[in-house]
Parts: sequence; C-alpha cells; structure tokens
Amino acid sequence: MKIHQAGIAGTLESSDITIHIEENEGKGIEIQLKSTVLNQFGNQIRHVIQETLQELGITDVLVRATDKGALDCTIRARLLTAVSRATHSSCFPWEVK
Amino acid sequence: MLYVPGNHPGMIRDAHIYGSDAIMFDLEDSVSIKEKDAARQLVYHSLKTIDYGCTEVVVRVNGLNTPYGGADFEAMVRAKPDAIRLPKTETPEDVKEADALISRIEEQIGMVQGTIKLMAAVESALGVINAYGIATASKRLIGIAIGAEDFVTDLKTSRSAEGIELLTARSQILFAARAAGIDALDTVFSDVNDEEGFAREVRLIKQMGFDGKSIVNPRQIEIVHKLFAPSEEEVRKSVRIIEAIGEAEEKGSGVISLDGRMIDKPIVERARRVLELNDAVKNSYILAR
Repeated sequence: MKIHQAGIAGTLESSDITIHIEENEGKGIEIQLKSTVLNQFGNQIRHVIQETLQELGITDVLVRATDKGALDCTIRARLLTAVSRATHSSCFPWEVK
Repeated sequence: MLYVPGNHPGMIRDAHIYGSDAIMFDLEDSVSIKEKDAARQLVYHSLKTIDYGCTEVVVRVNGLNTPYGGADFEAMVRAKPDAIRLPKTETPEDVKEADALISRIEEQIGMVQGTIKLMAAVESALGVINAYGIATASKRLIGIAIGAEDFVTDLKTSRSAEGIELLTARSQILFAARAAGIDALDTVFSDVNDEEGFAREVRLIKQMGFDGKSIVNPRQIEIVHKLFAPSEEEVRKSVRIIEAIGEAEEKGSGVISLDGRMIDKPIVERARRVLELNDAVKNSYILAR
C-alpha cells in the first residue's frame, strides 16, 4: 500500500495518541514520536506502529505521533484510521480470530 | 448499563472498573459524523484486547439506514461483544434486517449462529406502537429499551421531572418485553448533578417493572444498585419461601403456607427474582472493589 496523501487520527486527550502520516517515497518507515511515557514505553509504541504498517504492506511513510499514554490497541486503531483516511479506503479486512 | 462514548480511549479502557452490570460502547449519537471511522476502529481493537471480565458488553451501532451501520455491523460482530444494540428501531423488519446481517457475518467467519445477541432501542411513536412486534422479531433479541431524548422530540414535547410524557411509552415497552419474555431497560437521566431527581426516576421505573436503567455517569451506578437491591427483610423472607417450597415439593405437597399465608406460584416467582437481584447486586459490588 502506498501513502501519497496525508492522514491524521486521534486526539491529544489522556490515554489517546494523535497520529499523522504522510508520503515518504523511497525513504522507508520514519517515526517521529513524542510521548508522556517515552522513557518507559517509547520502544513499545514504535514497535506497534512498525508492526501495524508491516501488516498493511506499507514500506515508505513518515509517521508523526504524539502519545498521551495510549494502550497498544488504541495506537493500532488510530494508525489504521489515519491510513484509511490517507488512502480513502473505507475499511480494512477485519482480522478474524 | 453504563453508556461509554466510542471515541474516548480512556473511558473505554476504564469502563468496567466502576461496577455497572453492563457497559455500552456507543458508535452512534455520541460520535460526530467525521469520527465514525475512528470510533469503529477504536471500539473494535479495544474489544479484541481488553478483558471486561463479568461485565456484559454491548455496542450501540449506527442504524442500517445510515452510511455507517453496515460497516459497524461488519466490525462489531467480529469484535464479539455480548450484544449489539440497534438504535431507533421502528418496525420488526428493522430487527429482522439486523438479524439477517449478523447471521450472514457469523456464517462468513465461522462463528456459532446466534452468538451475538441483539437489543432494540425504541425512540419514536411508531416504534412504541410496534413494540411487541419488535420484541418478538428475532431469537437474538434479549432486551428492548426506550430512548427518551429522541422519543420526546418525536412526540413534540420535552422531558419533565415527573416523566408523564414517557408513561405510555414505558408501559408499552414493558408490556412488550414481558409478553416476549425479554428484558426491559429504561432510558438515561442526563442531569448527573440531580441525584434526587435521578433516584426518583429509578424508583418509578423499578416499581413499573423495568429490569434496569441506562446511565451516563459512573456516579449513578450506586444509586441504581441501592434502589434495585432488595432489603434484608425481603431477602430473608424470600429465602424462607424458597426453602418452604423445596420442603413441600419433597413431601409431594402442592400448596403450602408460611406464617399463616398461602404460598402460591406468583409468590415463589417473586421470591426467586428477589434472590436473583440480590445476587446480581452483590456481584456488582464485589467487581467494583
């Protein structure tokens, strides 16, 4: 999946994360992260973002994230929404477990 | 049943810790049009991740007559809450349409048919008139609820402290639920600072026969539990009735008396309900602590 337009999702409220994505053609996945819990969970937040992008087959994107203590499931949900908005896809194939 | 706006991660994370019997994540009226997609993703991934324990989990989706309802159903059946609440239900066909869609998704993903239950919210004069048809439209249906804010708007009136404008609708919905053998849930009381008014309304709907109350703030949970909880005297009396009927059944005796009063089937049924309510309230207190 290619990212050619910007997409944003989330809020700056406690327990949420704002994720802004934009085109980064040929430069791989670049994550600029600010977080209230950066020292404790910075690596984990980056890992969730990387993993979700890989699942979507996105290889080139600039991600700017401002985290306010979001759970992994919130990070994933906000990133998927941002990608969905950037690519104008109405929904993703819901995972079946 | 505690309402939780579907686009607030903090509220979704903490919703079950306050001890309500059920939580309802809302994708409908509490979510703005431009955030419908975000709320759907958030509730889906939260339900897939967070363990809500014994608290019953319900999701209020957008109606199937909106651009968002279909996608809500596709996501939420897969997220597997206990039930999906259908808003603004007006006809039995609304319920049947939702039932058919859930059945199709359950089959598609290999989920046991009937896993996802349905609740129907009635929020218009037409819905109230069709209440019994709605309540009996699907085997998935476990409850019917009144949504007062939209209903009073439809009636061209507003809500009063006495609730006279809701009397017929509440009665009709209650009759429909009882005739169909499902639960009846009352509407929300929005002014969280008016605890006296809230308590008055809870007393009213309990006396009418409702099974529970929808709430918008955790502060209202304790009031509902306190007012719905049977008194110690009621519990003691009910235990004696159940013990007495048990002994009578062992002896093969049909009719019994306790303290000089005949105990018949309706009295036994009420005693059982008192003990069930007592158990439910006790469990909620344990969960909240």
